[in-house]
Amino acid sequence: MAAAPNDDSLTDSGSLLEASGLAKHFGPVVALRSADLRVRGGEIHALMGANGAGKSTLVKILTGALTADGGTIRLGGRARTFRSTSEARKAGLICVYQDPSLLPDLTVLQNLILTATPISSFRRYLADLGLGGFDLSTMPRELARPTLSLLDLARALAIEPQLLLLDEITASLPADLTSRVFSVARQLRAEGRSVIFISHRLAEVSALCDRATVLRDGKTVGVVEPAQGGEERIVKLMLGPVAEEVAAEAASPSTPATGAVAVEVRDLKAGTLNGVSFTLRFGEVLGVAALEGQGEKELFDCMAGVRRPESGQILVGGKARSFGHPADAIRAGLVLIPADRLQALLRQRSVRENIALPFVNRIARWGPINPRREKRRVATAVKRLQIDTRVTSEVRRLSGGNQQKVGIARWLAGGFKTLLCFDPTRGIDIGTKRQIYGLVKELAANGSAVLLFTSELPEIQLACNRVIVLFGGELVDEMPASDADERALLRAAHGLPSEEGE
Amino acid sequence: MSSRAAATARIVQQNSIIVLIALLVALAGLIEVIRPGAVNANWVSNILEFAAPLGILAAGQTLVVITGGIDLSVANVATAAAYIMASQAPFGVTRGIVAGLLVGVVVGLVNGVGVAVFRVQPLIMTLAMGLVVTGTLNVYSQAAVRSVPGVPAVIHTLGSGTVLEYVPVSLFLWAVLAAVLIIGLRGTGFGRLLYALGDNQEATRLAGVRGWQVLLTNYMACGLLSAVAGIVLAGTVNAADLSLANILLLPSVAAVVIGGTSIFGGSGSYSGTAVGALILTVLNSVLTLLDVPDAVKQVLYGAIIVLLAAAYTRVLGRD
Ligand SMILES: Nc1ncnc2c1ncn2[C@@H]1O[C@H](COP(=O)(O)OP(=O)(O)OP(=O)(O)O)[C@@H](O)[C@H]1O
Ligand SMILES: [Mg+2]
Repeated sequence: MAAAPNDDSLTDSGSLLEASGLAKHFGPVVALRSADLRVRGGEIHALMGANGAGKSTLVKILTGALTADGGTIRLGGRARTFRSTSEARKAGLICVYQDPSLLPDLTVLQNLILTATPISSFRRYLADLGLGGFDLSTMPRELARPTLSLLDLARALAIEPQLLLLDEITASLPADLTSRVFSVARQLRAEGRSVIFISHRLAEVSALCDRATVLRDGKTVGVVEPAQGGEERIVKLMLGPVAEEVAAEAASPSTPATGAVAVEVRDLKAGTLNGVSFTLRFGEVLGVAALEGQGEKELFDCMAGVRRPESGQILVGGKARSFGHPADAIRAGLVLIPADRLQALLRQRSVRENIALPFVNRIARWGPINPRREKRRVATAVKRLQIDTRVTSEVRRLSGGNQQKVGIARWLAGGFKTLLCFDPTRGIDIGTKRQIYGLVKELAANGSAVLLFTSELPEIQLACNRVIVLFGGELVDEMPASDADERALLRAAHGLPSEEGE
Repeated sequence: MSSRAAATARIVQQNSIIVLIALLVALAGLIEVIRPGAVNANWVSNILEFAAPLGILAAGQTLVVITGGIDLSVANVATAAAYIMASQAPFGVTRGIVAGLLVGVVVGLVNGVGVAVFRVQPLIMTLAMGLVVTGTLNVYSQAAVRSVPGVPAVIHTLGSGTVLEYVPVSLFLWAVLAAVLIIGLRGTGFGRLLYALGDNQEATRLAGVRGWQVLLTNYMACGLLSAVAGIVLAGTVNAADLSLANILLLPSVAAVVIGGTSIFGGSGSYSGTAVGALILTVLNSVLTLLDVPDAVKQVLYGAIIVLLAAAYTRVLGRD
């Protein structure tokens, strides 16, 4: 089926990086079995694969953050092994890892000095990325995730690498910043330098990348050119035999729900959010479509008790509620799945403790834990989301996507009436994404109410019954999911009137 | 990290208690080499007797460090509790003990309110409280107490009595408290929340936990344990002076660190701390045997803490 990379005739002199047969295991867990990768000079090369396929492990090996158990890496034709990231850096390889890497308690400037980053060139790239006037004496602790990612990127660019590796950088970025990252990547390509790009979003890969290497279960299973209708093949290669199943599970038409009102929001104001009203019913998935920063974050935060609204009301079961703490919202049955897993997870603790955290969230539950009952509830949730828990120890050892799933599993096990999903599929592979949307629909069908924001507009139709569109902090449109194709949503999300209305 | 080193790391990680116990045995071996015949039942009995108050003091410290905090008032609280217990004992031993324990709970409450409600840095809050406690105790001793109070017989027995000749009475109390802590940390909701808060306060909040309730209770528990430790120590040395437990502040932190609890919170265990307390006591015994002056001892303690902390980061890959 797939052209094995060994017998494709790329042993040309144009290869900047040639890795073959790379293997890595962590105790009993095999993260990489046999990974091959060839990257040419002046190429943007995608690395694709399902959650846990080994993408992050591969880039960590290439950049010296991990040492391989076997295999070879050749750079410009010469065999190399990097024992540390600084050795790789000297050879011109640098990676922006999946999780932010600035030390939170040093200023940005101190971080730069610590890594011997040329400040002036850092500033220049920061300006390219749209952060021109950035104050270097800020503590990373106080910064939002997208900014942290861009700082990491600028720091990597500042050393003028030959090969830049980007591990899911766009997962935490809004659309406008993503396009800045793209133009920086293209600029590198134009200068004859190369980029390895990891993302779960096929659309990004086909828009940006020249070729894609696909990993499955730690093995390279093919090299594809995504632009020429290669997307289908990438999905097939990534998912292997399960691809068909997943495709069959995709979008089924949703009907409008007629359940009782779960939550009513009246004239809610908070930050950018400027007077939004709507009702959410049991049995429906209500989509929220918005470009980043239109008040959607504030809406979710108010409904989840993370922040207080400046004015307006949230009615649950017909009664006005005031949420001063997430605990209040959870009592009323509203639970939040945040987009940023670092915000929701206990990284040093086990999967089980992470999922079981809501079980002990009240004083009345401070007493002895019933281990059998807890284990059962956790196991059910883990199974339902197919979380890969071969490593049962700390959550930080799971792959990014599996960490995200742990955050979702917590509330499946913990119980809720209304689920507030804020971009729940960031960093989750296509197969799992469909699974999660399937799950969300199933939850609604069983009587829950779901409010879902996703930064990927085409996915609204996969999961929702109805959509509301936010623009400039106001609710500008509402439509049944059947009308909410990407075009319609994009128009509305940019504040344009719908086409029929013109 | 090569896979061999990774494998070693895993073994050490899963059995860090065993490594610590091996270290303990090695130190005892060292004593036996320096002075053959020194390690006997009597010596073991003595070590346990002196380790018990430190172990109890470090128990409270462990609880606080797991949440990512630190309590620098434990030693002052222990001293004050013992002193007040002794000075109140003439009006009834029970009254004395209750008064002593109350000191711990009240100071813990204030620490807890400061840290959990007003969000003062634990280091600053507890350092300040320690000074307040010591100052208040001095005022109290000048105003209300005529002579250095004696330690009641029951407490003396608790601190230095033995059963079957060699088993210290205080070991029973320590064992019970240790069991409660070890089981409680692992198997109760409260224990879970301590680790959760130490790992990620924001995540814990999002899961619906009101962190201040947990922290407040926890600082009170730490105060109470410190008071117990002070009272036991007064029994062990058969005196309750104004600086009784003050030298135990650093060892209480050292025992926690040696025991493998992360100083940044989120992981650790009391069993590690308990062995840490034993190691420190034996180490002290080695140094005393070698006639090492106190100042040098302090330097060695410091060096050992740094070395072990570095070793933990290395071997366990903590970040
Ligand atoms: N430090 C570690 N210790 C133990 N297992 C690990 C460690 N790092 C990764 N793994 C395991 O190796 C496998 C591959 O992980 P990796 O992070 O490379 O996946 P990935 O392809 O980047 O996935 P994602 O898309 O979810 O980020 C996973 O099963 C993961 O649990
Ligand atoms: Mg990854």
